[in-house]
Amino acid sequence: MATRKTSDTGPAKGSNPAPKGSNIPADELKHYYREMLLIRRFEEKAGQLYGMGLIGGFCHLYIGQEAVVVGLEAAAEEGDKRVTSYRDHGHMLACGMDPKGVMAELTGREGGYSKGKGGSMHMFSKEKHFYGGHGIVGAQVPIGAGLAFADKYLENGRVTFSYFGDGAANQGQVYETYNMAQLWDLPVVFVIENNQYAMGTSVQRSTKSPSLWERGAAYGIKGEEVDGMDVLAVKEAGERAVKHCREGKGPYILEIKTYRYRGHSMSDPAKYRSREEVQKMREERDPIEQIRQVLLSGQHATEDDLKAIDKEIKEIVNESAEFSKESPEPALEELWTDIYAKEAPQEA
Amino acid sequence: MATEILMPALSPTMEEGTLAKWLVKEGDTVASGDILAEIETDKATMEFEAVDEGTVGKILIDEGTEGVKVNTPIAVLLEEGEDASAIDSAGGNTGDDAKAEVKEETKAEPKDTVPADSPAASSPAAAAPKPPRTPDWPEGTETKTTTVREALRDAMAEEMRREDNVFLMGEEVGEYQGAYKISQGLLDEFGPKRVVDTPITEHGFTGIAVGAAFGGLRPIVEFMTFNFAMQAMDQIINSAAKTLYMSGGQMGAPMVFRGPNGAAARVGAQHSQDYAAWFMQIPGLKVVMPYSAADAKGLMKSAIRDPNPVIFLENEILYGRSFEVPVMDDFTIPLGKARIAREGTDVTIVSFGIGMTYALEAAEKLAADGIEAEVIDLRTIRPMDTDAIIESVKKTNRCVTVEEGWPQGSVGGYISTVLMQEAFDHLDAPVINCTGKDVPMPYAANLEKHALVTTDEVVEAVRKVTYK
Repeated sequence: MATRKTSDTGPAKGSNPAPKGSNIPADELKHYYREMLLIRRFEEKAGQLYGMGLIGGFCHLYIGQEAVVVGLEAAAEEGDKRVTSYRDHGHMLACGMDPKGVMAELTGREGGYSKGKGGSMHMFSKEKHFYGGHGIVGAQVPIGAGLAFADKYLENGRVTFSYFGDGAANQGQVYETYNMAQLWDLPVVFVIENNQYAMGTSVQRSTKSPSLWERGAAYGIKGEEVDGMDVLAVKEAGERAVKHCREGKGPYILEIKTYRYRGHSMSDPAKYRSREEVQKMREERDPIEQIRQVLLSGQHATEDDLKAIDKEIKEIVNESAEFSKESPEPALEELWTDIYAKEAPQEA
Repeated sequence: MATEILMPALSPTMEEGTLAKWLVKEGDTVASGDILAEIETDKATMEFEAVDEGTVGKILIDEGTEGVKVNTPIAVLLEEGEDASAIDSAGGNTGDDAKAEVKEETKAEPKDTVPADSPAASSPAAAAPKPPRTPDWPEGTETKTTTVREALRDAMAEEMRREDNVFLMGEEVGEYQGAYKISQGLLDEFGPKRVVDTPITEHGFTGIAVGAAFGGLRPIVEFMTFNFAMQAMDQIINSAAKTLYMSGGQMGAPMVFRGPNGAAARVGAQHSQDYAAWFMQIPGLKVVMPYSAADAKGLMKSAIRDPNPVIFLENEILYGRSFEVPVMDDFTIPLGKARIAREGTDVTIVSFGIGMTYALEAAEKLAADGIEAEVIDLRTIRPMDTDAIIESVKKTNRCVTVEEGWPQGSVGGYISTVLMQEAFDHLDAPVINCTGKDVPMPYAANLEKHALVTTDEVVEAVRKVTYK
């Protein structure tokens, strides 16, 4: 099985002969910076609102993993689909969903994507081809393959990104899905966001198999490991995966090595890893800092340019927070709506 | 000594079959494992192998003969050194008591009840007053005698012709022609793109089907039996049933989960459970459980068109039974509407699916004693047509429910609750729930019979509530 292993040897400030990103237009680099920063600031704000009691229940923050979705969205085309687990805010922002609607769903308000009835873990957007937001670990994996099944059936050339974590990678249905996806050549990219911890259980304490993506070889599925702290590496790998799927060659696995800075959800005892480990990752591998350095060292942007972006993002996030507070709670009648559809849904 | 070769029972529910083809002729020598004949059952065409060695002395049943009962002698096998004169003495070998007993214990179904007001009805059980019924098709419509199996197949085929995005997936639905022959012929007509054989992987393919529904297709998922759907329960409940609500109405899973449900015959505890009450509890799901072939067809077509996930609970024993089905271009029955299968004044018997067999039988027995039961076939368990039940109970003031499922948390239990809350003043007796016994299904024939609800229990319950 032809496979590829991309470099995951640390920060961008390596000793490449040509400066990293020098062949990429400045606007594109700035776009990645902007998108990742939006997720980071949005999540920080969500954490803050949770602390204020405005967000309830579970709230799984994406801080640290931003390069994964931003890199892969850069490899996607209009009409491609995505589905993920409950750690889903980043995916929604990256595919262009409105931060206001996402934040208002977190606060359980009428203006949220699910009218306040879904919550942090359950949001959807037909318009942006985002299919949730699923709370049962691993269940979104066959759903992603099913979306790809529909696309292949409809012969529309679309590709689906089916995201899951290192924890879900031990669920049986993932392998049932691998088997069928390869059997039927489904255009689905299985994206393993390996942030190294399934809640509080490290990969090393979950499995003895050395890498997660290599499990696809048992089904004949190609894949690779990717440095998930490097948005450019993610984008490149994403392009390879998408090309493979789009050419009708079946599924592809990307195991993206990433890291979550925050706890699993909001009440995480953080006993399963050291503060130093988290700190080291933040200081040496941070995806936003990496792209910032590429922008500055390659003279693609000035400090002032980046400050302007920071300011713009801050405003967007503040607006979304304001909206999420001002939007009213759903009307009580909403309790009884959307249980049964009256008409057949129309695919966007 | 010459041995008679008997018509074999090749499936748990087989009572008779067609001797499709002889692969040996008189005078041929056969050894153990040689294929003697092809036998067609209600499920499939199967090869029948020799157990003993010898010479085929005489073929007793010609090929092409239909309706050959299980255990009928079909040929005589001569041992070495015997000649045809030994054939007459073979009779002593036919008794095979064990097999004969099995046959007797196989559920003896009453002759199928034909809707009595349909023109073609031969009205086999017509001793009682003709049961008026809720009209599902215009008066005077031509009808055709059809098995439940054919009705289900026809419904799927019609809907697949009507809508390109409807497809069938499941284990053995294609090349095998369906484990219970429900999808027979569909692969030939629609091809492998739309009749998709899956690996044995219920959790996985159910999830894929849910995703396909999100993605704009209209999947029909066949579970070889609903017992296997337990592996896929999370996808059915958490992914299919709840997404419309969780998405604020943006997207849902318009699809059908179908397959045989409940006890068949002698298949043991893990293959004999009725899931009506389980699925009935879930908001977001619709649950259908037809009895007659007309209902199977009309409800299946509606289920496939419904924009919600529909659980369609079939029954293996009913598959082979025939009913009148209207000959119409597009015959549908709305989900959520019960049918009055028999009108009566003294008690309301509510049932659904195969439970209707007991309900109707009991009603006939009671009629002989002057007790006129009104029998309601729910057809759809969720949404449940409780109005129909309440209306009937207002007239009869008594209610007995009948189902094969277990008592605790049963469909009948829910009906009792509804009647307590909404028709308490109309009840002259407590509602009695006739259910399957509170035990896993035993294998032994006599125990299995007692584990299921029986007609006598229904009769007894009616006598209790009518104080007669």
